[in-house]
Amino acid sequence: MYAFDIERPTRLADAVKLLSDSVESQPLGGGQTLIPTLKQRLAMPDRLVSLGAIDEIKGICTGDDGALCIGGTTTHADVAAGAGAYPALAGLAGNIGDPAVRNRGTIGGSLANNDPSACYPAGVLGSGATVVTNTREIAADDFFDGLFATVLEEGEIITEVKFPVPEKAAYMKFEQPASRFALVGVFVAKYGDGVRVAVTGASEEGVFRWSEAEAALSADFSAGAIDGLSVSGDGMISDLHGSGDYRAHLVGVMTKRAVAAA
Amino acid sequence: MPADGGIGAATARREDVRFLTGVGNYTDDINLRGQAYVHFLRSDVAHGTLNSVDTSAADGMPGVLRIFTGADFAEVGGLPCGWQVTDRHGEVMQEPAHPVLAQGKVRHVGDPIAAIVAETREQARDAAEAIEVDIDDLPAVIDMKAALEDGAPKVHDDLTSNLCYDWGFVEENKGAVDEAFANAAHVTTLELVNQRLVANPMEPRVAVGDYNRGTDDSTLYTTSQNPHVIRLLMGAFVLGIPEHKLRVVAPDVGGGFGSKIFHYAEEAFCTFAAKALNRPVKWTSSRSEAFMTDAHGRDHVTKIELALDADNNFTALRTDTHANMGAYLSTFAPSVPTWLHGTLMAGNYKTPLIYVNVKAVFTNTVPVDAYRGAGRPEATFQLERVIDKAARELGVDPIALRRQNFVTEFPYATPVAVEYDTGDYVATMDKLEEIADLSGFDARLAESQAKGKLRGLGINCYIEACGIAPSNLVGQLGARAGLYESATVRVNATGGITVMTGSHSHGQGHETAFPQVVADMIGIDASMIEIEHGDTANTPMGMGTYGSRSLAVGGSAMVRATEKIINKAKKIAAHLMEAADADIELKDGQFSVAGTDKSVAWGDVTLAAYVPHNYPLEEIEPGLEETAFYDPANFTYPAGAYACEVEVDPDTGKVTIERFSAADDFGNIVNPMIVDGQVHGGIGQGIGQALLESCVYDESGQLLSGSYMDYAMPRADDVPFYVVDHSCQTPCTHNPLGVKGCGEAGAIGSPPAVVNAVVDALQRAGHGVTHIDMPLSPSRVWQAMQG
Amino acid sequence: MSQVSMTVNGKSASGEVEGRTLLVEFLRENLSLTGTHVGCDTSQCGACVVHVDGKAVKACTMFAAEAEGADVRTIEGMANDDGSLGTIQQAFQDHHGLQCGFCTPGMVMSAAALLSENPNPSEAEIRDYLEGNICRCTGYHNIIKAIMAAAGQDVSGIAAE
Repeated sequence: MYAFDIERPTRLADAVKLLSDSVESQPLGGGQTLIPTLKQRLAMPDRLVSLGAIDEIKGICTGDDGALCIGGTTTHADVAAGAGAYPALAGLAGNIGDPAVRNRGTIGGSLANNDPSACYPAGVLGSGATVVTNTREIAADDFFDGLFATVLEEGEIITEVKFPVPEKAAYMKFEQPASRFALVGVFVAKYGDGVRVAVTGASEEGVFRWSEAEAALSADFSAGAIDGLSVSGDGMISDLHGSGDYRAHLVGVMTKRAVAAA
Repeated sequence: MPADGGIGAATARREDVRFLTGVGNYTDDINLRGQAYVHFLRSDVAHGTLNSVDTSAADGMPGVLRIFTGADFAEVGGLPCGWQVTDRHGEVMQEPAHPVLAQGKVRHVGDPIAAIVAETREQARDAAEAIEVDIDDLPAVIDMKAALEDGAPKVHDDLTSNLCYDWGFVEENKGAVDEAFANAAHVTTLELVNQRLVANPMEPRVAVGDYNRGTDDSTLYTTSQNPHVIRLLMGAFVLGIPEHKLRVVAPDVGGGFGSKIFHYAEEAFCTFAAKALNRPVKWTSSRSEAFMTDAHGRDHVTKIELALDADNNFTALRTDTHANMGAYLSTFAPSVPTWLHGTLMAGNYKTPLIYVNVKAVFTNTVPVDAYRGAGRPEATFQLERVIDKAARELGVDPIALRRQNFVTEFPYATPVAVEYDTGDYVATMDKLEEIADLSGFDARLAESQAKGKLRGLGINCYIEACGIAPSNLVGQLGARAGLYESATVRVNATGGITVMTGSHSHGQGHETAFPQVVADMIGIDASMIEIEHGDTANTPMGMGTYGSRSLAVGGSAMVRATEKIINKAKKIAAHLMEAADADIELKDGQFSVAGTDKSVAWGDVTLAAYVPHNYPLEEIEPGLEETAFYDPANFTYPAGAYACEVEVDPDTGKVTIERFSAADDFGNIVNPMIVDGQVHGGIGQGIGQALLESCVYDESGQLLSGSYMDYAMPRADDVPFYVVDHSCQTPCTHNPLGVKGCGEAGAIGSPPAVVNAVVDALQRAGHGVTHIDMPLSPSRVWQAMQG
Repeated sequence: MSQVSMTVNGKSASGEVEGRTLLVEFLRENLSLTGTHVGCDTSQCGACVVHVDGKAVKACTMFAAEAEGADVRTIEGMANDDGSLGTIQQAFQDHHGLQCGFCTPGMVMSAAALLSENPNPSEAEIRDYLEGNICRCTGYHNIIKAIMAAAGQDVSGIAAE
């Protein structure tokens, strides 16, 4: 790693201030992706601003509108244990990485990183959640901006994610055998006004909504409803773990399984 | 039997206590006063001309002590190869130079270009980024067959081609084999890949070099399976340090699986730099670095053909293999696809005619060498796959076809130059059918089908040659080393014993199992015996641990030394009891005079040896310490039969191992708990090869599977509990313990069982799949099902 | 460099660290607690698992500075007060749950975290919980068996001797 300083502010305002001063700074969530990246010397911040000690953006609650609100620095383990109001989301969080990773990794960190194979982007997009930062609220449909990219500005911190709780939902992950990230993960959520289907791991563009499946499932929420539907292997990630066609095939399989499990 | 466990007892391991409490002493735990750190600047291209390495901007950076390049090693020897293969035309193999730091060219991603020694690791790394390296990229050769084409870029410009050798075995049989194929009633042909693997012991390699200016002694602490071999190779061939001025210590070592046999550049560098700088120099590999510097394993591409007569008897076997050597010859690389592979092609079967052709090829990849099983897994996989395919083509039961062709009389001289001393392949197959509950398969099949899953059953046998080896034989075959083992048994005055062995334990439990043997022989508690290993300063010259040889060879040396101890102790006892030597009996640690009630205890005799007041000084020397070197008369031949049941998810292609059973014949067993553990671990690695692991390069020579993000290691939820049995025991006839070796069996025997099972599952479901290359990842199995 | 203080195995510990100093480096190099190992650089092998405030974490993927004020427990703190092996450690020895020993500290720490969350886990739950702990020696058989035994389960019926 290159040398850098670490600051551990306890107030959000202090973190925002540190991230906006003249020192080249980067926020540090749970570090489960950032630290391995730093080890490879693929990033060279002068300062890391650890968000882990800021209690005001940590924890789970229910909003006035019934949405499940999860603080940006809430760990995957805490979501798995504390998001009982949204079992599909708790299940998603409880199957990210491994227990030690879940004890450190945070929802805000995962979303800000937007790894194309991460689970949370599917949960957020599939739920039509709202990403709240220190400056604004961003709809899930607007938040993700391609591989490892989001619309977050420099120094902007995810303080909370608000999930409307669906009638039914499930997340199905088919794991890449080595990393155990999603080779394909599909999050399906049925709301009063329709069904959302979000797919991670598959596309070269990152997490996406499978609109044809959404339409079919909105009309008939059953696994059979997507018989005959398929996504194209073009534009899907193709690597040593599977071709684009294989991933496209798995999108269908995992979607059906998610519907069946919801 | 000793109260705390002799031969045959499942004694709990004494070394566990330090490992379980965090006070083991692994090489990276060693930090010497004044220690500096080295970082290696490595090639990021697979092949290129190294025009210049300009360190001027880096030399003065904070903490930098010195930067070494290939020029610093121009007067130093290269890394030696320990085995010379002679090809089918009588020519010796092409043997390229292997400099410690690259000179003139870089030949694989990870080839070291410069070594930066600094006060801290990060300072060394900072300086590496300031070094200007001028490389002209050259086209890389990655695919073996392309590497042999006319006009292919040459990995080594001074060699005639990328062909290391073209080995034929047994060359004189070739005509007869071809004739048998011409006359066969049926021929089954299979083309397959035994994919490149990375050994991945959980402890990455570490080297700490130290130098004592006062005595001119060098010491290397290293993660090695064979410190004496490193001392010999590094001292004699690379650095020119005589062995009495060089000490190599391999303390607790966190697994090896072959990859820590070899002498590596980093070891030589740290030893060299410690003297040059007069400071200890430490290198700790990261896992990412390990993927591009540890010798890889396997990487064979094979065509195998099996000829059968009208009664389904095997009449001949013919194979054509390309074996990847990588960019340089690692220490024992040439032996793996030849003498450790071709000699095992008979398997458990009485096939009368066999011809094996192996072309070893240089490519712009990390060198390939022995990995758990080393040549024998490759032999077993192709043989057991082609037999399975033949059974399916002929519509006969795969077990029956095997049984029909088993070797049943021993000793058995194979047509590929080895003689099996003992075995009972019928018994292990019978045992397998019992422990694997094969009669219950149909019911389990129905259960799987009810869940919408495919189910398959795979069976195979294996044989291996362990306990390498008779030194005179391997010398004829090209080994540039003897392959004996040594032991010194030092009895202390108060009766306690220290055994210094040339074997090395890096997980095998020598510290527990070896005392069981000595305790059993003398009749004292095993707790009175301590094993020392891994330090050339206090153990006799030994050849180390690999090839399942520790107990068969090292244990035999220990038995021989203990026999000498007992003989001498009996003489002392005879003197003490005023009896004839021949009348002395030793039982339960008591020496007695036959036919009398006279006896003296073990401790009385050992005390007399060191306080020789009443002692036959005119006949024997005081003291009680003996050394033996044991050179085996033959290999040992463990064998067995394995069964695997899989489920396949037809929607995703994902394979799950539902049952795995292993019936092994290891001859006599010293510690059955440790033997079980060795088999479990081997099966785990074999399942890893069959389903998960693959080391992959792209066409330009970039390593695509360079970390655990892409190289799939088997994890706890990838495997089931295994059923293992070693009650079939035909003791080895030529070593004193009757043991055969158990360390590699699981890794040799399990991959074909898994693949046979998946093919079975797919065929039962109506798919016309006859073979899928490993690893049988979900995507490959799904692709195969698409036709 | 800055000062960091924490409790390690019940004793207060402090030292000078850089921002980039990992918790595992602080334990191994500042405190000479070399039982915690480093087996990879991508946060997957789990040889470095320790407990921070009672939770299993990978000490190679956490900065020492982030453990300021924390209660850290390592393999060196797992034995009984009289120095004898703790229940999990003893079960690993009794059931041959280790060979080379390198992954073992992380395995024991993960097993301890599992059993504190779930005192009577099934085989499948144990295998799932160990997703982030890689062992290359044992094929996991005896590790799973040892953890089941440490939970007080009868493991005599599990395959093999």
